[in-house]
Amino acid sequence: MRLEYFQMVDRIAALDPEARTVRADCSVPDASPVFEGHFPGHPLLPGVLMIETIAQTGGWLVLAVLRFARMPFLVQVKEAKLRAFVVPGQTLQAEARLLHDGSGYAVVAGSISSDGKKVADAEITYRVVPFPNDTLRAQMLETARRVAVPEAFLHG
Amino acid sequence: MSSTFETVAGIIAETCDIPREKITADSHAINDLGIDSLDFLDVAFAIDKAFGIKMPLEQWTQDVNEGKVSTDEYFVLGNLCANIDRLVAAKAA
Repeated sequence: MRLEYFQMVDRIAALDPEARTVRADCSVPDASPVFEGHFPGHPLLPGVLMIETIAQTGGWLVLAVLRFARMPFLVQVKEAKLRAFVVPGQTLQAEARLLHDGSGYAVVAGSISSDGKKVADAEITYRVVPFPNDTLRAQMLETARRVAVPEAFLHG
Repeated sequence: MSSTFETVAGIIAETCDIPREKITADSHAINDLGIDSLDFLDVAFAIDKAFGIKMPLEQWTQDVNEGKVSTDEYFVLGNLCANIDRLVAAKAA
């Protein structure tokens, strides 16, 4: 994770567009300016970043299902539960399942676990639209390769 | 159609917190019921799930934006239900 850059997913561990599932590895950094404010003397990964982690994990799944033809943007978070504190240095596993690939939108159910114990879960809705420009699409493809999205899922 | 309407009206009432008695077949989802685009995504998700279909919202939006049809075609609930029935029939065919 690079919290300051909103890069929550370190590596895609398993991705199956046919089964509509994804798993990702995410390591919370030992240090970050985020922890200086959240909270002084008691550093915790902010809950909104736990939700962002679920959203990004599910987002990689949606992108793979659509072979990166369109971009999912977060528009709704439902039933979010933050079940446990997450601290610097903790290793997380995120997973998501595509509930519905709608026309112009997608819905996933996702969760984060640590040592087999669920620490957060939420249902995420994305609006799915054409990439607004080539710069973003190129950056998403570059990031996809960095986090090990299989090359076969990057193109139609 | 009538059972489709009952299902859709129930979804809208529950999803958008609108009193069921205010929802009629002549209601326009946006103009009369005040459903915004994000709430309509919730409605669409529930309808897609309930009927096992994928409403072509993007095509419908394009049709409206290109002036081929008015929003009444897709957002007046009686018309929306007729479109749902057509999608269900097409899926079954």
